[in-house]
Amino acid sequence: MLRVEHVTRRFGGLVAVNDVSLTVAPGRITGLIGPNGAGKTTLFAVIAGFVAPSAGRVLLDDIDVTAEPPHRRAVRGIARTFQVVQPFAGLTVRENIAVGAHLRHRARAEALCRAEAIAAEVGLSAALDEPAAGLTVAGRKRLELARALATEPRLLLLDEVLAGLNPSEIRDMIPVVRGLRDRGITILMVEHVMQAVMALSEHIYVLAEGRLIAEGAPETVARDARVIEAYLGHGAAARLDRARAGHG
Amino acid sequence: MPFASAARAAGREFISNPVAPMFSPEIVATAVLNGLLTGAVYALVALGLTLVYGVLHIINFAHGALLTAAMFAVLVLKLWLGLDPYVAMVPLVPLFFIIGYALQRFVIGPASHGNDANILLVTLGLSILIENLLLAIFRSDTRTIDVPYAFMSIDLDFALLALPRVIAFGVSVVVAAALWALLALTDTGKAIRAVAKEKLGAALVGIDVAHVYAVTFGLGTACLAVAACLLMPTFYVSPRAGGAFVFVAFTIVVLGGMGSIPGALIGGLFIGVVESLSGLYFGESLGQIGIFAIFIAILLFRPTGLFGARA
Amino acid sequence: MSRVAAYLPIAAVVALAAVVPLVVTSNTVINFLVFTLIVAVAAQGWNLLGGYGGQYSFGHAAFFGTGAYVTALLQTQAGWNPWATVLLGILAGAAVGAVIGFLSFRSGLRGSYFALITLAFAEVFRILANAAGITGGAAGVLIRLDVRPENFQFASRGTFFWVGLAVVAIGLVLTRAIERSRFGAHLVAVRENEDAARALGVDPLRVKLLAITLSAGLTAASGGLYAQYFLFLDAGIAYGAWISVEALVAPIIGGIGTVFGPLVGAVVLQGLGHLTGHLAGEIPGISLVVFGALLILAVAFAPDGATGMAGRLWRRWRRPATPTTTPTATGGERC
Repeated sequence: MLRVEHVTRRFGGLVAVNDVSLTVAPGRITGLIGPNGAGKTTLFAVIAGFVAPSAGRVLLDDIDVTAEPPHRRAVRGIARTFQVVQPFAGLTVRENIAVGAHLRHRARAEALCRAEAIAAEVGLSAALDEPAAGLTVAGRKRLELARALATEPRLLLLDEVLAGLNPSEIRDMIPVVRGLRDRGITILMVEHVMQAVMALSEHIYVLAEGRLIAEGAPETVARDARVIEAYLGHGAAARLDRARAGHG
Repeated sequence: MPFASAARAAGREFISNPVAPMFSPEIVATAVLNGLLTGAVYALVALGLTLVYGVLHIINFAHGALLTAAMFAVLVLKLWLGLDPYVAMVPLVPLFFIIGYALQRFVIGPASHGNDANILLVTLGLSILIENLLLAIFRSDTRTIDVPYAFMSIDLDFALLALPRVIAFGVSVVVAAALWALLALTDTGKAIRAVAKEKLGAALVGIDVAHVYAVTFGLGTACLAVAACLLMPTFYVSPRAGGAFVFVAFTIVVLGGMGSIPGALIGGLFIGVVESLSGLYFGESLGQIGIFAIFIAILLFRPTGLFGARA
Repeated sequence: MSRVAAYLPIAAVVALAAVVPLVVTSNTVINFLVFTLIVAVAAQGWNLLGGYGGQYSFGHAAFFGTGAYVTALLQTQAGWNPWATVLLGILAGAAVGAVIGFLSFRSGLRGSYFALITLAFAEVFRILANAAGITGGAAGVLIRLDVRPENFQFASRGTFFWVGLAVVAIGLVLTRAIERSRFGAHLVAVRENEDAARALGVDPLRVKLLAITLSAGLTAASGGLYAQYFLFLDAGIAYGAWISVEALVAPIIGGIGTVFGPLVGAVVLQGLGHLTGHLAGEIPGISLVVFGALLILAVAFAPDGATGMAGRLWRRWRRPATPTTTPTATGGERC
């Protein structure tokens, strides 16, 4: 569904994303992981159209959308959440979600109705008429998700929707994300919380220092020596191997 | 701008053929020098603006009104106490520092609840308030003061420079240098720079951010008191006088880079010369348009290149 | 909220106001009220862009003056009918808004920069109008007195009051309609968070352009009314800072981003202005001193303006015990 081809993004002398290619298959949850500063959020911004790549292409259903601004991509069916939540602070939860719903529904009443339904889906029904500024962190993450869903996307880009949540909030959120996939929405998620992303994703890409260093099924990636090195530092894989051998 | 019009009027007398303005090198050189002299005072006004922007990240719309207030203060001291404008710097600079400090600390800061859009509105409100209070007290007449040295001049062979403007240039440069030294060398300066760079971090290491904001605002306002004392020997004052300067100051600040002190200095001198020359070649009202045209053009077409950060 | 319920308060307020000329006979009072309505229309225009769109213009005089000059000059220079020239004035004002908006928003100007550039444009217009020959320069332009309704000049001030009120009513209905439309939702979203809005499929440039065009058109209508009522213009009136200030201060003290805010604010503003003039004698600038102070006080203590404050007091008075739980914003709608 989504193809990223040889995308590079430089900021001055810094190469944030370096020749990355990846594919997101329809109807699945694909994970994008990597240590801090690996370039995940930049890559996300390139896919959503907020940052133009220095080189490379982004294709949605084989259509080149590299030159399109974010709002055009939203019309095509790409929706994103923000790592640092960006609520419309002065509006109520209902009005926040309705802005997203307006993408496919011109009439105000219809958009507000859709907002109510989506709020129920992500567990925000009780807060519908509260100002978004008053929500807890977990509530704001749900609001991010709800607004994105309201645009009725085909491809949903989730940027760390689990970060900052406590374990029980994460447990509540996981079935919500899985439910979306079951409804047929393709998901690409950037995540810091490893356990969660391993549990959810069917395919994982690993980014480190702007480069793609591994990909595959979660189990494969978790055992990959380069991934362990990237996360735990140089020599870590060898030490783990030795430790395993010693125990074995 | 009005300040340069005296120079222009003087320049006009030499025009031999007003239909095709081809000026002798002496006249052009005089215009350039006068532009530089005017520009130094502009730079001083712009310095206050850019300092406040650099630290508080706000545009102080009351800057022009405060300049007008300072100019009236010079006038009042002269009329009531017979104080020479240059001597008036001694009481007025500290006074305006305190006024600026108090305005930021007790009005702008609390009233705007830390919201940028509110700061914009509060400083606009202050500017309306101050300007019209001055209008209510002093009425709309333009006033001048008489000093014995108003028409003294320095003869440079090829050009005749008015003494008060040469003094204005010298003092402006000294004040700019002093301000730079204050920021670079003192503890207060360090605190100001720390707050400008990273407000939260500065607060975490124990710097009183509200105090530093107010000190910065006070310094910016004190610059205006200096500028007022330098202007009054040759310039008139009316309740709208400051407004004319402040748009020039905005232009300079945008041109030289928001928050940049060297930028304000170079920008001030540059605009002074541009204004002086465009007045010479295009006449009064079109010369006035020139400043706005530069301002609009920079904002629209060279935004990132010319200033540091955009709000 | 059903459609009827949304527009009922507007109908009620306009109907109530329409009675005024039948009751009040004092020319001074009607004069004051007409001027208040003219300011209210300019403020309604500002409120569309500033209140709903969050883009604070300091130079709405650019639109007011364009509307006024086009209205006046096409009569005096070309001899056209003023009803037509007012409409053309509105179109011209809207066009100026679109151009200024396109230039500024395309360059990504917002906040202080947008305020500054609008102020600069208004000043440029003022200087040009003051220097140009066609505008009558510094002497100004006088519309010939020719009192006939088809000539947009009326024998009674009360009639002009109704015309002004009709324009205010159009402004109220337009504002309410925008509030209830997709465009309104997009506009508010752009005000609150432009990036988030873009991610949800909103094109901020398009939304802001439409907003400034409508805003400028409405404020230009105010300029047209001014020209027809006072029959005289000069650059300082048409493009002067006074109208930029009034158009901005009225919505803020009345209730920014609300339907009735600009009207309420204009009434409060003009009322207090006259009152201080009355109490303090005819000191120049004294009413503007009050405006400046009101602006600061409103920002400091009543961010939701007079209408917001009234609403809070009303709720407290009606239900002293219960905390202010706002009823669901969309109460009537069933899904």
